[in-house]
Amino acid sequence: MSFLPFAIAAWLFLVGLYGIVSADNLIRAILSLTVVQSATYLVLLGVGYSQGGQAPIFADIPQTSKAVDPVVQVLVLTDIVIEATVTALLLALAVQAHKRFGSLNPEDLRALQD
Amino acid sequence: MTVLQIAALAAVAIGGTAVVVAPNPLKQTLVLSVYGMSLTALFFVFQAPDVALSEIVISTVGLPVMILLALRKVRQNERQGEREEEQ
Amino acid sequence: MSRRARLVMFGLAGAGFGVVLVLGLAGLPAFGDYKGVYGNVINGIGVTERRATDLVTALNFDFRAFDTLGEEFILFTSVLGVVLILRQMRGEQDRPSQREAEEHSFAGASAALRALSLVLIPMLLALGVYVVVHGALTPGGGFQGGVILAAGPLAVFLAGRYLRMKTVAPTIVEELGDAIGAAGYALVGLGGLVFAGVFFKNFLPLGIPGHLLSAGQLPLASIAVGLEVSGAFLVAFSEFLDQALVVRSGPGGG
Repeated sequence: MSFLPFAIAAWLFLVGLYGIVSADNLIRAILSLTVVQSATYLVLLGVGYSQGGQAPIFADIPQTSKAVDPVVQVLVLTDIVIEATVTALLLALAVQAHKRFGSLNPEDLRALQD
Repeated sequence: MTVLQIAALAAVAIGGTAVVVAPNPLKQTLVLSVYGMSLTALFFVFQAPDVALSEIVISTVGLPVMILLALRKVRQNERQGEREEEQ
Repeated sequence: MSRRARLVMFGLAGAGFGVVLVLGLAGLPAFGDYKGVYGNVINGIGVTERRATDLVTALNFDFRAFDTLGEEFILFTSVLGVVLILRQMRGEQDRPSQREAEEHSFAGASAALRALSLVLIPMLLALGVYVVVHGALTPGGGFQGGVILAAGPLAVFLAGRYLRMKTVAPTIVEELGDAIGAAGYALVGLGGLVFAGVFFKNFLPLGIPGHLLSAGQLPLASIAVGLEVSGAFLVAFSEFLDQALVVRSGPGGG
């Protein structure tokens, strides 16, 4: 049972990858990328969790109480906001691709090779 | 592991699958918002309130706005293309 | 490669990858059994060393401020990319004679949506400023508060017309906010270099934990990042809105 968070993270990663591979629409692929990213957040937070630990905010609990790891929370926190802007960049590229090629299907976008 | 954590993990697993399986991008966006909220609940139960705050703000304000606007622009392009073909 | 072949190849590769992934994750310490050293050290000394009660924000803007500088500039650069792609698209699409006929409007907004958005605007702005400034004390900080602040002008758009949003938050103000925030954060680091000899070393008086003006440079850094994140998101929203809402004149426009 203690492996459950990591198992769910692996499941999310694979499901997201399947979503990217089988997408017939660029925007579907971008949204499945979001699922893959959330798998990494889950792994990071799972690594930092400490049984019986509180949140690392010492405003109202004594400083010597047991708390979870704050370092991984820093990584995940900034990561979430930044991946949103990277998704915005990908969406802008998708809109541009649709304007150029007339379709959002990844298969049609290989017209460059012909 | 507490019961809350197991429940939140189950909700996240189901939500992630639902995002990938949803039929069209518009429905996917709505499911993504709900998935973001289940992730928020999970982060909160993992004793990470900062991360939960960040996730809820992004998945309700940041991402759906941009995705919906991009979808609207794509549909507009399509309709413009059809109109130009008719002419 | 046809779609079927792609999926079959993914099935094989994904199965192999999945096995390796699970094996790798199984090598981690069991969930809840935290064996790290750094986290416990920070938890023990964070409040006394930096006088900040929210250790996650203290790590973000003080202990590991250099990483946040890099991440903040990733954000800046990707919004720059969005602007470059979408503005170039907008410029080449609209013919000059149609510009006068353009009208940005949000057709179909019901009265309930307008009323609710009007009520939400001051609440969003107040909450955003509160979360940004209290980064050192309670869960929050520049990143979260910045996105809440960006939702304020968006609610103006939902409550009325697009042009009102442009009056409240004109493009030049958004871009200035973005740039000043990014530069401001780097300047805080340079202040540490100038006044205390080490880049990003906390050079302001530390104060008492729990008070608003505590933890030295933390409120400053938090405000700079909040300004930058809100400016960046508003710029991205405006670019997408400009793209999606231009109603062209002509037969059956929009």
